[in-house]
Amino acid sequence: MSQKIQIVCVSGTREKLQMAAMIASVAAATGDEVAVFFSMNALPYFVKGHTEDASAEGELGALMAQQKGVPPFKQLFKQAAELGEAKLLPCSMAMDILKITENELDSELGPPTGLTRFLSDAEGGQLLTF
Amino acid sequence: MSESKIIDACNTFCPGPLMELITYMKQANVGDTLELLSTDNGTASDVPEWINKVGHEMISSEKVGEVWHIKVRKTK
Repeated sequence: MSQKIQIVCVSGTREKLQMAAMIASVAAATGDEVAVFFSMNALPYFVKGHTEDASAEGELGALMAQQKGVPPFKQLFKQAAELGEAKLLPCSMAMDILKITENELDSELGPPTGLTRFLSDAEGGQLLTF
Repeated sequence: MSESKIIDACNTFCPGPLMELITYMKQANVGDTLELLSTDNGTASDVPEWINKVGHEMISSEKVGEVWHIKVRKTK
């Protein structure tokens, strides 16, 4: 049975973004209804032209950074959207703080979304925070 | 006419091989056979789980040397 999974990405560390992206892509490609809300330090990675790599929080993240063949989290989020119709939603508050508009975000991201809207969409689903 | 395709996902880590398979599965026609090659051990348990959940058919799964050969058929 398909489930509804809401993921909140807050942290900008490699491990957390990677784990969130893995869950989003696998769940979405398996038929689950997935929405990912990007706020705080997770959002800047999705601003067009952002090149800085996510820093590792610990040993696994450091090993992943060196290891070839780990799918990059941005690619996994994109696959979640393309293969499984996951919604990738930028937090409107974080956009205000960064002083950016929708056009300045990667094209796979959806419309700027407020908390009220996200929480009402999340009703009845599972909410995971990274 | 159903086709057979090999997807080489060796040397990529979870969930890379599974996502590769899913990408090709979307493009394949019903009846096509896909053989996924992977060096990631988790793939061997993850792929049958996904196939079962989504409702395609597992044909075979075997490890030859370091490489898993996982054959599946698209059924819908």
